Amino acid sequence: MKLYDVAHSRAGDKGNTLTLSLIPYDEKDYNWLCEKVTVQKVKQHLHEIVKGEVRRYELPNIASLLFVCEQALNTGVTTSWVLDAHGKTLSYALLEMEI
Amino acid sequence: MKEKIRIGCGAGFSGDRLDPALTLVENGKLDYLVLECLAERTIALAQKRKLQNPLLGYDPLLERRIELLIEPLKRKQVRLITNMGAANPLAALDKVLEIAKQKNLAITVAAVTGDDVLAQINPNDPCLETGKPLTTVGPLVSANAYLGSEGIQEALQSDAGIIITGRVADPSLFLAPMMHEFKWHSDDYAMLGRGTVLGHLMECAGQVTGGYYADPGKKDVPDMANLGHPILEVASNGEGVVTKVTGTGGLINLDTVKEQLLYEVVNPYEYFTPDVIADFSLVKLQASGKDEVRVTRGDGKRRPETFKVSVGYQAGFIGEGEIAYAGYNAVRRARLAGNIVKERLKGVFHELRVDLIGMNSVHGNEFHKNNEPYEVRLRIAGKAGTAAHAARVGEEVEALYTNGPAGGGGVRKYVHETIGIVSTLLPREKVKPHVILKST
Repeated sequence: MKLYDVAHSRAGDKGNTLTLSLIPYDEKDYNWLCEKVTVQKVKQHLHEIVKGEVRRYELPNIASLLFVCEQALNTGVTTSWVLDAHGKTLSYALLEMEI
Repeated sequence: MKEKIRIGCGAGFSGDRLDPALTLVENGKLDYLVLECLAERTIALAQKRKLQNPLLGYDPLLERRIELLIEPLKRKQVRLITNMGAANPLAALDKVLEIAKQKNLAITVAAVTGDDVLAQINPNDPCLETGKPLTTVGPLVSANAYLGSEGIQEALQSDAGIIITGRVADPSLFLAPMMHEFKWHSDDYAMLGRGTVLGHLMECAGQVTGGYYADPGKKDVPDMANLGHPILEVASNGEGVVTKVTGTGGLINLDTVKEQLLYEVVNPYEYFTPDVIADFSLVKLQASGKDEVRVTRGDGKRRPETFKVSVGYQAGFIGEGEIAYAGYNAVRRARLAGNIVKERLKGVFHELRVDLIGMNSVHGNEFHKNNEPYEVRLRIAGKAGTAAHAARVGEEVEALYTNGPAGGGGVRKYVHETIGIVSTLLPREKVKPHVILKST
């Protein structure tokens, strides 16, 4: 199963930092996602994209996770030379993860 | 004192659609309309336009948005708060007055200045990203502090119908009218936290009403061509409902609100603005009707002692070229083309970025699993100190027409100047918001 089957995500950027939310369609899957989608797993999964540290915030109040990924946007939107300088498409890279 | 106010957000970035704001003013029963039009680097680009012409430097769509909205705003008695002043709120103020006069509308317009701190910063101060002095990043072109709600609140005490700012923290554009109407004190951190959470949900306009959300078959959103922009109905206790005008496209549900709540947030337990450090971890969301989500229980603590300053610097030029290949062996032909350009530009650029659009241009090579697309588009990019140098990339890609692999077509080439942004901090006492009022 892929994360895409059970959750959705939105990508955001702050400088060279990428933010990825991870929101299960069914709030009952939240605890299970906390177990499965660890910092280590996300780092490994996005190793080609995220060069820095990954922090995970748990938000049980809205049954959602937030991954904050440093050095992920080729210096950041203002000076990046990649096609998607904001990293807006990267939510779907996270959702490719097999769980 | 009002018990509740309604604030619409008619634009979430400089290039946003024009018409949703008109729908909000005409049918949203609003007290306030906010147009949020400044991204990180927009102000640095605006600063460059101002240097070329001191009458410019405000948002390029200001005239069109004001032309469209000024009469309905006045008729419906909706006050407009916008950061379309960008690098030149005073010139924007004069432009708005000029439009009002043409339409024979009596109006007072306020400009909030004080965010431009290029003269106040010390170029030897460290940049937050690298820890090294600001001067090491490149020639500085702009420095704008993220102001809080203070200046806007002062303007709201006048009879100004339109308030134009430069750089203000996005949620503060929404927090200001709440503080003004509900007489929230600047040390009532719980209320300021709640208001900031609500402002944050609103600031990207369509992103909370189904924009940047839809995924056909999985997350369906109706009538996106007519996506309604959001309305916040907020009460004096800081509880809010996010909704939109009935009959507009889009949708608001727990999932659209959750996605937006966490959007661009680097620490949901401590979300910094100049007004408050807000806490998103206690926020409670509740679906309260069709296209209606109730938001309660945000929190906050004492505001930071420093202002964050966005510093723009000249970062050279980026040159790009693209060419398409399709059909048999398209990927290998595109790769060959990329290698030819790399060889041609060896020594001319320190490094080139080579992408195959359709395969690896945005997610890298990890996920496409060698599913070769029928069509592929080669994209090459390089950085340079001058526009002429950067243009070499596009020139070499274009020359592939007659010197490269078979069947290469649809070349596009681009050169754009890069304004980089870094951050630094300034003590509060060095930043003074100032309000200027003018009437027709």
